[in-house]
Amino acid sequence: MALYASNLKAGDTYTECLIEDLSRTQIVMYAGASGDYNPLHTDEKFTREVAGYPSVFAHGMLTMGMTGRMLTNYVGDGRLTKYGVRFTSQVWPGDTLNSTATVIDVSDSVVNLKVVTTNQDGAVVLSGYAAARVE
Amino acid sequence: MAADKFPIEGSHIMMFARSIADDNQIYYDADYAEKTNLSRVIAPPTFVQSSAQFDPNYVLRPRMGEAWFGSGKEATSIKKKELSVASGGLHAEQHFEYHRHIGPGDILTAEVKPGKTWEREGKRSGKLVFNETITEYRDQNGELAITARGVGVRTERPVDQ
Repeated sequence: MALYASNLKAGDTYTECLIEDLSRTQIVMYAGASGDYNPLHTDEKFTREVAGYPSVFAHGMLTMGMTGRMLTNYVGDGRLTKYGVRFTSQVWPGDTLNSTATVIDVSDSVVNLKVVTTNQDGAVVLSGYAAARVE
Repeated sequence: MAADKFPIEGSHIMMFARSIADDNQIYYDADYAEKTNLSRVIAPPTFVQSSAQFDPNYVLRPRMGEAWFGSGKEATSIKKKELSVASGGLHAEQHFEYHRHIGPGDILTAEVKPGKTWEREGKRSGKLVFNETITEYRDQNGELAITARGVGVRTERPVDQ
């Protein structure tokens, strides 16, 4: 379903829970599908003993992908024209993520959104923007 | 990720959508998709990241006959000084511009162009070296479909938790 410019105003928000209790298996699925087999994401032994992190952690692109689901659920399929993010904090197995899109401005044809994804402690793990075509 | 030929396939899109916990029918059900105004299955917004699968020189995929830096009998099978090169650092930013949406049957090329490089001192991980790349995904007609800009960062030491 597309969004209608006439129904939107600056400050409107849309929120979704992206994932509860992120599993290592979900991270493995992302490695397999994306082709990013960096052991930092799937190999606990390497990550603890060689890389020096407390455990494996999610690909930034997994968080961006799940955040993209929130966006397409909000703006509709095939509507995005821009989507960009910064990865501001790592995402770990067991994390629960929520993501919010906030309308910055809207014209007759395009809505500009601010995008923020936070973990269960309220820490921002991803921040960015998106633009989408509206009716 | 550079790729001379990145064929977009339905089953790959389905697997990718599952991997980002997205069960939207538009990513796997051609009968459903036909009834929408898109008329066909499309790929999720971040799908082109999986062009890594079609980059013959992608460093984060094990290669037959070559040592892999992940664990086997030991925690890593290569020397520590080679690790920073092999592991490719962390992902700092990613940006996409969609010129058109892609779906099964499209055959893309991915051309990588170098971007800026810069450094700064990080509070939690020592010196940070940022490196930008721009990837242009073109379709089978040579038309630009998606422009991607990625920023990677190499840290002096693991990020403090």
